[in-house]
This record gives sequence, C-alpha cells and structure tokens, in this order.
Amino acid sequence: MSAEALATSATQTNAWEPKIIAFCCNWCSYGGADSAGMGRFQQPASARIIRVMCSGRIDPLHVFNAFLEGADAVLVTGCHIGDCHYVNGNDKTKIKYKYLENVVHELGIEKERLQLNWISASEGEKFANFIRDVTAQIKKLGPSPLKPEGVA
Amino acid sequence: MDNNTKTIGAAVVVGGGIAGMQASLDLASSGIKVYLVETKPSIGGVMAQLDKTFPTNDCAMCTMAPRLVEISSHKNIELISLAEVESVKGEAGNFTVTVKKRPRYVDEKKCTGCGSCLAVCPVGKAKAAQDGKERKIKPIPDEYNEGLSTRPAVSIPFPQAIPNKAFIDNRYCLYINGGKCGNCKKACKADAIEFDQKEQIFELNVGAIMVTPGYELFDIGSKPEYGSGKFENVLTALRFERILSASGPYQGKVLRPSDKKIPKKLAFIQCVGSRDHERDYCSAVCCMYATKEALIAKEHLGDQLEIDILYMDIRAYGKGFEEYYQRAQKLGVNYIRCRVPDIEEKPDTKNLVIHYLSENDKKVTREYDMIILSTGLLAPKSAKQISSTLGITLNEYNFCNTGPFTPVNSSREGIFVAGPFTEPKDVPETVIQASGAASKALSLLCGSRGTLIKEKEYPSEKDITGQEARIGVFICHCGKNIGGVANVPEVVKYASTLPSVVHAEDNLYMCSSDAIDKIKQKIEEHHLNRVVVASCTPRTHEPLFKNTIREAGLNEYLFEMANIREHCTWAHMHEPEAATKKAKGLVQMAVAKSKLLEPLYRQFVPINQDCLVIGGGIAGMTAAKEVADKGFLVHLVEKEAQLGGNARKLHYLIDGANPQDYLNDLIKTVNNHENIRVHTASPIESLNGSIGKFKTVINNAGNKQEIEHGAVILATGGIEHKPSEYMYGKNKRVMTQLELEDKLVNDPKFKAPECVVMIQCVESRNDDRPYCSRICCASAVKNALKIKEKYPDAGVYVLYRDMRTFGFLEGYYTKARQKGIVFSIYDKDRKPELIESKNGNLTVRYFDSTMQENIEIDSDYVVLSTPVIPRPENKELASLLKVPLDQNKFFLEAHIKLRPVDFATDGIFLCGLAHYPKSIKDSIAQAGAAAARASTILSKKFIETEGAISVVDEAKCIGCGTCVNVCPYNAPALEEVTVTVEEVTYKTKKSRINPAACKGCGSCAAACPAGAITAQHFSSREIREVIDAFDKGVRGVSIEKSIVEVMV
Ligand code: FES
Repeated sequence: MSAEALATSATQTNAWEPKIIAFCCNWCSYGGADSAGMGRFQQPASARIIRVMCSGRIDPLHVFNAFLEGADAVLVTGCHIGDCHYVNGNDKTKIKYKYLENVVHELGIEKERLQLNWISASEGEKFANFIRDVTAQIKKLGPSPLKPEGVA
Repeated sequence: MDNNTKTIGAAVVVGGGIAGMQASLDLASSGIKVYLVETKPSIGGVMAQLDKTFPTNDCAMCTMAPRLVEISSHKNIELISLAEVESVKGEAGNFTVTVKKRPRYVDEKKCTGCGSCLAVCPVGKAKAAQDGKERKIKPIPDEYNEGLSTRPAVSIPFPQAIPNKAFIDNRYCLYINGGKCGNCKKACKADAIEFDQKEQIFELNVGAIMVTPGYELFDIGSKPEYGSGKFENVLTALRFERILSASGPYQGKVLRPSDKKIPKKLAFIQCVGSRDHERDYCSAVCCMYATKEALIAKEHLGDQLEIDILYMDIRAYGKGFEEYYQRAQKLGVNYIRCRVPDIEEKPDTKNLVIHYLSENDKKVTREYDMIILSTGLLAPKSAKQISSTLGITLNEYNFCNTGPFTPVNSSREGIFVAGPFTEPKDVPETVIQASGAASKALSLLCGSRGTLIKEKEYPSEKDITGQEARIGVFICHCGKNIGGVANVPEVVKYASTLPSVVHAEDNLYMCSSDAIDKIKQKIEEHHLNRVVVASCTPRTHEPLFKNTIREAGLNEYLFEMANIREHCTWAHMHEPEAATKKAKGLVQMAVAKSKLLEPLYRQFVPINQDCLVIGGGIAGMTAAKEVADKGFLVHLVEKEAQLGGNARKLHYLIDGANPQDYLNDLIKTVNNHENIRVHTASPIESLNGSIGKFKTVINNAGNKQEIEHGAVILATGGIEHKPSEYMYGKNKRVMTQLELEDKLVNDPKFKAPECVVMIQCVESRNDDRPYCSRICCASAVKNALKIKEKYPDAGVYVLYRDMRTFGFLEGYYTKARQKGIVFSIYDKDRKPELIESKNGNLTVRYFDSTMQENIEIDSDYVVLSTPVIPRPENKELASLLKVPLDQNKFFLEAHIKLRPVDFATDGIFLCGLAHYPKSIKDSIAQAGAAAARASTILSKKFIETEGAISVVDEAKCIGCGTCVNVCPYNAPALEEVTVTVEEVTYKTKKSRINPAACKGCGSCAAACPAGAITAQHFSSREIREVIDAFDKGVRGVSIEKSIVEVMV
C-alpha cells in the first residue's frame, strides 16, 4: 500500500480525529506545509496551521491557550536553526520551548502533545510526515486531559 | 548610438505570452513606459491554456493570474491587443514603430466583460434561427479549448482573459457579413458594440523593442502515419491538457472524445514533429509535459488508468525534472523506449493499435483507448514576417538567431528577443530570458528612465473607525484544485452563517481579473470593511488581494487569507468530506481573525542604490556589468584572487565559439567599468540588513571593509564533481570532461588515442545525487567531436542512460553520430565496469541492451561525465543571507516557474550555477535577468516598509529592556520619560520601537514580560481568537447551537 493510502485508511479505522494546532513561521515551516500540498504529500486532516511571521512570535501563552481551547497537540515549528528570516527568532523559540516543555509536563500532559520541529520551505514531505506521525501518536493517547468538557 | 542623443524612455513588447508579460513588468517597474502589442484578443499565450506546470504540478492559471491582473492594472503598461507591428524605423534608443490594430468591434472602454452578448449570439449554436429557415452555420471551434468545444462569434477567449473584453470575430458575425442579427448590440447594456469599427494604424515612439512572439505547435495534419488528426482519440498534448483542465471542455473529467468514456489505457508518443529529418532539434519541453499530463491523469483516475510513455530519450534535464520523472515512475507511469512507426484506428471501437520494436528487438503490439501525441515546438508562423518588418535574422528553422554569448540580442541593435522564439524552451527559461532582455533594454535606456511614466494612485482610504466588522468571504474553486475535492458551495453557505459575515461567494479562479473586479464591486455594494479570501497560499497571492482591496479604498491590512488549497484540498485529495470540513474550519479561523484586523500603515524609507554581486565567475561578472550599465554602483566580491570562475577551464564551446576571448573581454570590462568596484580575495564576513539597506563586511587578508548596498545578486557558482568510481584519481587515463578538455588543448603529452570511452551520469542521477546535471551530455558530444576533429581515426564511444541534448544541441548529437561516434545505452542497474589489465590497459565492459550482450572496449582514455555539484559553502552563505537551499543544496528560488531568479526574501537575486547546472549561454541570460530584477529595486528612491510591526503600550511598559535585548534590528530603544500617576511625577524608562527598523517578526511581543508590546496583525488577541475558532460549529448542522455547545 502506498503511504498515501496508508494515511487514508489509518484515518478511517479510527474515527476520532485529534485536534492539532501547528504554529508555523511564514518563511519556512508554513512554506513547508505549502510544499507538502504542492507535492501532494497526503496527510490526515487533523492539523490547523496558525501562521506567524517568525517562530519567535510564539508566546508560551498561545500554547497554553491552545491546550485550554481543547487542542490535543500543539506543534511549534520554524526555520532550521541559522535560517531564521529574522536573524535568530528560532533561537529564542528554542529557549522558550525548553521552559514550555517543563511546564506542560508538570501539568500532566504527555510529551507527545507538544512538539518542536524545524522544517524548511522545501521540506514538504517532512511536513506531511510530521503531521501524520503526530496524528498517529495522539490517536494512541486519546483526547488531551486538559480538554474542556463539550469540546470534541 | 552616441551618448549625446537622448533615448526614448519607452519600449514596445511584441507578443503577450509569459515572456512578453515578464519583460513588460520588469521594464515598467524600472521606470520604462511599455506598449505591449499582442495579436490575439487576449494576452497570456500558451501558458493560459495549461492546466498545471511541471515539475511541481502547480496550477498554471493560479501562478499566472496575478501577473495578468498586474499587467492590466499597471499604470505604465499600455496593452494593445489584436495588433501587429507594421514597420520599424529609426535606430536603437529611438525607434518609430508603426502598429496596425484590427477592429474588436467592441469599445474596450465601455465593455465590462459581463458576457451578455455571448449568450445571445446565434452563431455556432445548435438552433440557429427561429424563423423556420435553415441556416447552414458551421460550429466555430473554440481556440482556447483547442477546438474541443465551440464558441459563438462574439466571445471572451477565457474567463481570466486580459483585456477582459468581448471580441467579435468578423469571419463569422452575421451582422458584419450581411447586416442581419445585431443581437449582441441589443443585449449590451453598456452600449459597447461598434460594428463600424475600422482598422487603426498608429505610430509609437520607443527606445527599444522586445520581441517575444512565442511558438507554434507542430501540426499533426502533416503526419499521415498518425492519422493526420482524423482519428478522434488521437490528440495533441495541448488538447489533452485542455481535457485535464477544470476550465476545459469536459470540466476536468478525463474522457476520450469519440464516446466520452473514461479511458483505461493511454499512451503518449514523444518527439512528434521534432528530432526528425526536417527538424533536427529537440523541443525541450515534451518529455516533461507528457510526464506532467500522465501524472495529472493518474491523479484524476487513479490506478485504473494505465499510462505508457513511448520515447527515444527522456530529457529530464532541468531543475527538479529528474526527481519528477522518478516520481512518475514510482506512481506507475510506464516509460518504454521505442519508436512508433504508425497508428491504426479500429473502426468499431475507435481504439488505437500500435506496433513497435522493444529495446531487445521484440515485436510488440498494443491497443489503447487514447493516444496523446507530444507535438514539438516550431518557430511562430509570424517569424518570417517579423524578421522582415523588424530586420532581424532567423536560423534554418526560422527561430531567431542569437549568439553564444548574447542570448537575448537579435541581429539588430536595440531589438531584444526572448522565449521560444529563440529556441524551444520551458517557462522558467523563458522568464529568465525575458528578464535578461529587459535588462538589455534598461541599460540602453538608462538615461531616460522615469521620463515617461506615471505613479500608481489609489483611491483615498475609507475611514472604518468605530464601524462594526462587515466581512466579505470569497472562496475559490481554483479550477478543480479546490472545487474538485472540497464542496465549495457548502463552504460558501457555511461562511455566510458566520458572525459578522455579510457576504460570501465563490468563483472558479478568485485571482482572475473578473473575480478581482467582483471583489471590489462587492466591497462597495455591501460596505465591506474586512475581506477574507479562501484560496491558495498567502505566500504567493496575498499581495494581489491586498492590492485589490486597496484599490477599493480599504486599508490593505484589513485582509486575511485562508489557505484551503495547499493546506487542505491538495493535502487531503482523497478525502472530500474531511477536506470540506477542514476548509470550513480554515475559513472560520480566518473570519475570526479578520474581525480584529486594524488598518496599518507602511513607512517610506530611502534605499541605497548600490548593488552587491557575490561571485566573480561569468554569471557574477555579467550581472555586475549589466547592473553597472544601468548607472548603479556595483561591488563585485570574489573570494579567489582571480576573476573568471569555472569558465577559466573552458576552451571551446559546442558551436566552436571561444569562451576565453569572451571571458578576457568581460574581465577587462568589469575591471575598467566606472561603476564597478572589484574586490578579489575578499570573502564575506558578515551580511546584515534587508532590502534597500544591506551592510556587508568583506575581509581582504585582514583588511576589513564595510559595504552598504540596496540589493544582492548571488552568483557563487558550482563545481565539477570528482568521482570516486572508475579508478578516478588512481589511473591517469581516467579523467573528467573538464580535464579532458584541458588536455585536448593544453597538454603536449596527450597522445593521439585509438579509442576513447565516455561514461555519462557518473555519480549523478543516483540516490545520493538524484538530479540531472543538465550540461554533461552536451559536454560529452562537444568533446567527442573535438577528438574526432583532432584525431579522425580515433574511435569514440559514449555510454549513456538518456542523451539529453535538448533544443538545438540535438543537431550536434546528430552530427556526432554522423561522424562515427558511437552512442550506446546502458541501464542504471547495470553500470559499465572498468577493468585494468596487468599491462595497464583499460577495458570498459558494459551490457548493451539493444544487442542484449556484454561488450568490451579497450580504451586509451576513459572520460567520466560527472555532475556539477553545489559549493560546500552554500550552507553558510544561505544562512548569512537567510535564503533557502533546495534538496540538492543548490539555492532555492522564490518560484520555480515564474520567479526563477528571485528569492522569497526581497532584494536578493540569484544566477548561474549556484541555482542549478547550466551552460555559459544560460548563465549569461540568467545574470542579465538577475540584473533586471535588481534594477526594479535600485531604480526606486524609496521602499515601503512592513506595516505589520510591533508597537509598545507605554502605560504597560515597565522599561525592563527585554525587547531591546531580543530584537536583532535594534528597533526598540529605552527612552527617558516623565510620568505622572496619581499626582506623583517621576522619571522612568519606556521602550519605543522605531517603525522604520522593525521588521515585524514579533519576537519582542512574545518576550515582553509586561505584555506591553503588540505584534500588530499577529497580536495575542488575534491569535487567541483564531485558536478559539478551531473547528467550532463545523460539525453540527445547526451552527448557532453548536457554537453555544462548544463554548467553554
Ligand atoms: S522566520 Fe522562521 S523561525 Fe524565524
């Protein structure tokens, strides 16, 4: 079976669709998501991308917000280290991410639910694989413990 | 011409295809007034007929539509459709061009393109008359659909046509041919129909002429062996492209014309009308367009469709092509190397039968439902006439002559050429050549730049303060790209129920000029104060829509985009339901954000008009010269002590030209140019800043120098790969092509060989290096011919996988075979072996797939065709410049088709081998293109900064200085202020952000501990609102209710 078909059938066997929020920087990882589409790399329809100009814009508060609104996973993505369009935004992201990881862990959220990945504008396949992998991991884990009642 | 004569700051561009459009835009944005003369009723050329483009399967109309719109709304481009050049008088810098414009019979100023006339025109329709009398009216084949559908006598060529005006075809119109009917005139509410329009002849005074008339496709009528076009299910590839297109005759369904049934077996026959006796050239694009069409057809029909591509060589020589070809094979497209002598049609089923000899000489018979002929490119029909009116020379196939080092110059000074008129070529090369041609014209007219142009004016901005949000949502079908997967009408319906949305609608292509006009109209009609477009990626299309709402009087930042193509329908192609649901969710998120959008304003910042060129090879020097010729100061930096780069190793070109003469002249010109500062032995230490104000430090043996400049051209070149296979480096008689070339010219000890074997694709087109290096086949042919010239008795063997002598290089391949050079195919999985016997003799053993046996050749020299590889320092340079590399570590341009020399980052341009392997001629063209693109920036005095920047709320700021620390641009600074709170006055520090320095990354806003900084357009409030809107309500039928349910 092709990877595409696998992804499709995987989503069919388990009807629950996790809610994934992916923060992408405009210049690299958002472009990576675009390339994924352009290359027709199929991926489960579980993720919603929130575009920011640079991963450095991502405030830990936004991540908490996402979890509190019922996200089953939050992805922090940006350019590869050294490639940030704004010199070093992603270095700052890395630092913030360390802190975030700790807090989120303390809140009792599994580590799979918060992930960091550097994806360049040409790495479409990588982006699609990332979404596919995260979706599979989260499906195993089930809904987030922080999910407010009434949110699917 | 002498320098005292004033040149005219205007140019005429002849031909409005993709080349003419690019040249027009480059010239007009650099201050030259442009007259774009097109013979057809609309510009757009063949690309407008394409469904997708290789190798990204990007939607052709979508990449092109923004350009069509830009041209139609450009203040300094005057489009003259239905017109031809009659004569040209004068000389470079000051031509008088006489233009003849045929009547459109429609007043272009009055026509709104509404299409009412099309509906009432009786011509070409099944029921011609109501008066009972039978009229014999032949259906009119619709040219846009390659005759697969019909059209009335009055028509608009295609929905996105520019100008988007009706056109009456006087060959068919009943009124013009007999005074009866006039239905269209009655139906036209705008009173635009003018039956008495006459041909107009007028003169244009211009300084330069650009000739971009495109090409003609080979006519299959002259191929009786393939049915002369009479077999219904044998189609040209362009016809098949129309079938694949959502705007095509079958709305994108893959059907065969005879019975409208879905084909199960389909074949492409390559090289129809090229690489034959009459046309000894390769059409350069057919292998890839066949691959593309095969992939799209498979995308539509899946595995139930079997596709064979019957070919001689697969010429996947461009950037991304080889990988594309590999992908097609993986997805099940069969490539069969053979020649097909003829096609038989079965009278009953209209199926088609072919016989061919397979690679191992077996007779094969196959039956297909449909056969596509990959027809070659010919010179345009108008070539001869153009040549005589403009006084420029053509080659033996009627393509325009250009020189080996002057890829865009015609034989007449001041007349420049681009596109397939010079040689068959694909879109990016056409765009490159067009920009290169524009560069030449800009240099010629540099003294009169800006003398004849007008500035773009926008209507005054509507004040929306205090208004409730009134959102308009515009959803694009993108042909079949979105609408073929997601249920767009349902998304529209859903959007219209969202709070604050007062209008929602869909369109086949939201970026087409008619849709753009509609958006503007709706903004007026519904008093919209926010606009959401759900279509493709904002990375390519946001500027277009921002401009649209600006033209309708809204601030450009009151716009938001939902990416329902790349992120949705393309990523979930086989899940229409999930895609529809996600599209709704994405629209909802965009609507949620748009409610909070505020008007923002850009600043005007003066720019530095100097240019930095990195790399002193042919590409870099050419770029430097071309920029300098336009009157800008250029710093040319080269890390080596000497200028010249790879070209220093080339001694002759395939056409016999001497690159050393050219190179030495160029080095001299560059060194003596009053506008060029050459910095050799000066590697770059640091490079900072952005468009309009870069700062670069170079280091010349410890001597550091800071250079300020407004643009960068990157031309760092590539290197010839040194292989580890085939005893290279161990046996002196094994060498690369460049080494052979050097020995042939310079090595007195090079002994006359009896036999030379060349092995192609050594350590390329493999897993480590999946790309094709493009130039090695031609190098092999060139060097093989040289050996034959010097040592006529020597045997020369070339072992290859595919001979990729595209375009006119094919002629040299033919010549090589005629001279007795032997070309033999080897298979990727059975690579040739090299054996060294005890007495030091070299023997090449390979499996000949035609003869099906192992062959051994004793050889004096073994020459390895190794690829051009990216420079190892690319990585470092890429991160200095903040530009991306592609999978193969060459630099990645902004868009592989339409922006081949731009980076996504403004103000940085690319040319030469740093982009991809290419010939000297192509490097020169691309260097010119980079120069033209750079000059669109350098010729301006100001640039507009980003409006979406960060601002500080002074009341909240605690003056901690965190923002000062995180900002890489020194935009925030702490300032002393006096504050009075509850009658206490004290001095403290507050942060202020310099709007001209801020780039809007938002890092400071994320870092501010007091929450005092707002990253406008990406504020925490906006982001929270978007998160909050994730899929809210999309599940239920009753939207209102589910919103209530989901709310926490
Ligand atoms: S721009 Fe991508 S991480 Fe900064």
